[in-house]
Amino acid sequence: MFEDYLPLLVILALAVLIGFIVVLLGVLFGPRRPTPRKMAPYESGMVPYGPGRRRMSVRYYLIAVLFILFDIEVVFVVSWAVVLRKLGTLGLLGMLVFLVVLEVAHLYAWKKGALEWD
Amino acid sequence: MDIGVLLVYGILGLTVIVSAVGLIVSRNALYSALFLVVNFVAVGLLYLALGAPFIAFAQVTVYAGSIMVLFIFVIMLLGAENLMLDEPLRGQRALGILLVVIFLAEIVLYYLLRTTPLQAIPAIPQTFASPAEIGMLLFNRYLLPFEVTAFILLAATVGAILLSKHEGPTRPKPGIQKPETPVEG
Amino acid sequence: MNLSDFILTLPIITLLVWALLLLVVDLWVPKGRKGIVAALAALGLAVTMGVTLSQSGGSGLAFQNMIIVDGFAVYLNVLYLVSGLVVVALSHDYLKRMNLERGEFYPLMFFSIAGMMLVTQAYNLIMVFLALEFLSIPLYVLAGLARERPESEESSLKYFLLGTFSSAFVLYGIALIFGATATTSLALIIERVGQGALNLPLFIAGAALMLVGFAFKLAAVPFHEWAPDVYQGAPTPVSSFMAVAVKAAGVAVLLRVFLTAFPSLAAEMAPLGWGIAALTMLIGNLLAIAQTNLKRLLAYSSISHGGYLLMAFVAYGNPQVAGQAVAAMLFYLLAYTLTTFGAWAVVISVEQNDYQGLELDDYAGLGLKYPWLGVAMLVFMLSLTGIPLTMGFWGKLFLFRATVDAGYVELALIGLLSSLISAYYYLRVVVMMFMRSGEPRIRRDGWLSLVAVGSALAVVGLSLLPNQILQMAAQAILSLQ
Repeated sequence: MFEDYLPLLVILALAVLIGFIVVLLGVLFGPRRPTPRKMAPYESGMVPYGPGRRRMSVRYYLIAVLFILFDIEVVFVVSWAVVLRKLGTLGLLGMLVFLVVLEVAHLYAWKKGALEWD
Repeated sequence: MDIGVLLVYGILGLTVIVSAVGLIVSRNALYSALFLVVNFVAVGLLYLALGAPFIAFAQVTVYAGSIMVLFIFVIMLLGAENLMLDEPLRGQRALGILLVVIFLAEIVLYYLLRTTPLQAIPAIPQTFASPAEIGMLLFNRYLLPFEVTAFILLAATVGAILLSKHEGPTRPKPGIQKPETPVEG
Repeated sequence: MNLSDFILTLPIITLLVWALLLLVVDLWVPKGRKGIVAALAALGLAVTMGVTLSQSGGSGLAFQNMIIVDGFAVYLNVLYLVSGLVVVALSHDYLKRMNLERGEFYPLMFFSIAGMMLVTQAYNLIMVFLALEFLSIPLYVLAGLARERPESEESSLKYFLLGTFSSAFVLYGIALIFGATATTSLALIIERVGQGALNLPLFIAGAALMLVGFAFKLAAVPFHEWAPDVYQGAPTPVSSFMAVAVKAAGVAVLLRVFLTAFPSLAAEMAPLGWGIAALTMLIGNLLAIAQTNLKRLLAYSSISHGGYLLMAFVAYGNPQVAGQAVAAMLFYLLAYTLTTFGAWAVVISVEQNDYQGLELDDYAGLGLKYPWLGVAMLVFMLSLTGIPLTMGFWGKLFLFRATVDAGYVELALIGLLSSLISAYYYLRVVVMMFMRSGEPRIRRDGWLSLVAVGSALAVVGLSLLPNQILQMAAQAILSLQ
């Protein structure tokens, strides 16, 4: 059942293990001299202000929606790519139509400034 | 049945149910969203176990990936992490429990009273839902639905932009992007 | 895939390619000159109609039995395209004066019409679901076009939530039917049913869930609560489009799926359909009496007319009368389309730029001050009631006759009774227009007047040759199976 995915599991385990080891090494061998500044939450070097929970700008919403749409496109492209040669010209044309339609969506989003953070 | 197989289904099934219940009873919308991620991943693994890697892949990238990102954006957008404890509609919970009981009773009764025996589903070839197999179907038998999907995605894109993007003169761009001034919720 | 696939789907391909071009062209059309887009949209609909009409008489399956072309589909496709043309005429001036003028309006409407055409022609349950989504998603957007108004947002959100909810019902039904028969192709489902190779309880549950989903789309009682709020909040031309074209598509897909794939379930489904049709007619008309807002009144009116249309569904399992019932339904849809668009055109004329002028009181004296508009509205109200010398009368007559022939005399009586109830609120509008004095204000627009007067003339004129039109409708359904 899962035999084919054993390599995937090994990679997953390795990723977790390496992450764990790196943190562990830092804890074991790193010097630890805490100051109040160091203990403050990290905000890319800015001085932290306000509570941690704040409302996000509505602009993120549009970006997330566009992300989903093109993510779905990628899923379809994968199913096409694995049988690219077997499908031949017909498959290529089918995919082209699909991509052209979504390219219109891209063009529309671009022209309407949906890709800009104005 | 192989004990290993049983174990895998047992653990995955339990994960699905526990995460679904956690999603409902959690009082913080963000925790609910995270429970949903766990749920999606576990369901994806179930698909994998059933021999449908393509669906599993779509489940993880689209649902556990981008749709969850959208969910979390929306929760943070609305500042709605803390859910209300009271019922918006009175008696909703009691009615819901009643319906669940009726539904479960129905299933049990059907199982007990059915006249024809349940038939085992015939085994299907392990490759029937591989990405290659789906690709072949998608570009032959299901070509028209596939192209219609593109148009649905286009309509959704246009709709999302039309409803959320303000039309009008774009503001002059400042030299340095200022941090977003937050509206406290 | 070969050339005949493309020839059979040419109307849909034409419409979709045109919509793509329209969407791209609109990006370079400056604001304030969107009339160009409207004119191009009208041209596209006319071209598509030509291509559709060239298919009349022919039939066939295309794209590996995904869709079917037959008389039923051609008839309804023409109806959708006419609706599209009427909506362009109704909305051009309306959108401008309400400051809602967006070029995307037209491509989105094209997408919705393409979805309706696909759902009418669908011959596979996958196609049914995708087409339903395709017709609904643009409408969720169009309902919220006036997004500065909370009412419009409410309309869009309600329609979206209940629309996706109903799509979920349809999808769950499809899943159960797939589970029962191991196929989604309508042709193969009949084959499996014939061989008895299916799981009957699952099959019935699946069909029932699909019926519920379609009833939601049709706004049939008890799945109708969303309709008045949605129609009231949406921009008025969009409401008229939903009241006519979406309803037609809902009935079309219901009949297509059930007549083709589930004739064996008629014994189980007919009582359900009977109950839904009777409730829809009675409750739609009873609730309409309490309305004073014209948009809500027309919303309840359209709910009740959905009930009349469902009478054709009740008779579907009886092969002797199924054809007659479908022909009567197609006739009724034509009558309903002409009448309803006319009535909405009058509502748009009276609606003010600040969204006032929708109350019944605003119609006081309309017939005396603007006799043309008043007489047109009088014709529409009489036709909606079903009074002789209008298309509405013949539509009801043919439908009731088919229902009686199918052996559902009680249902026909309920239809008659609910028509009597409806006379009360339709005639109240007439009384208000002609027997009260008032200072009505209307918006003068050539296209609006054309739609109102044109459909009034058609409602009266076509009622003089009902049998010829019924013949045409009967021809249209001959190749349904």
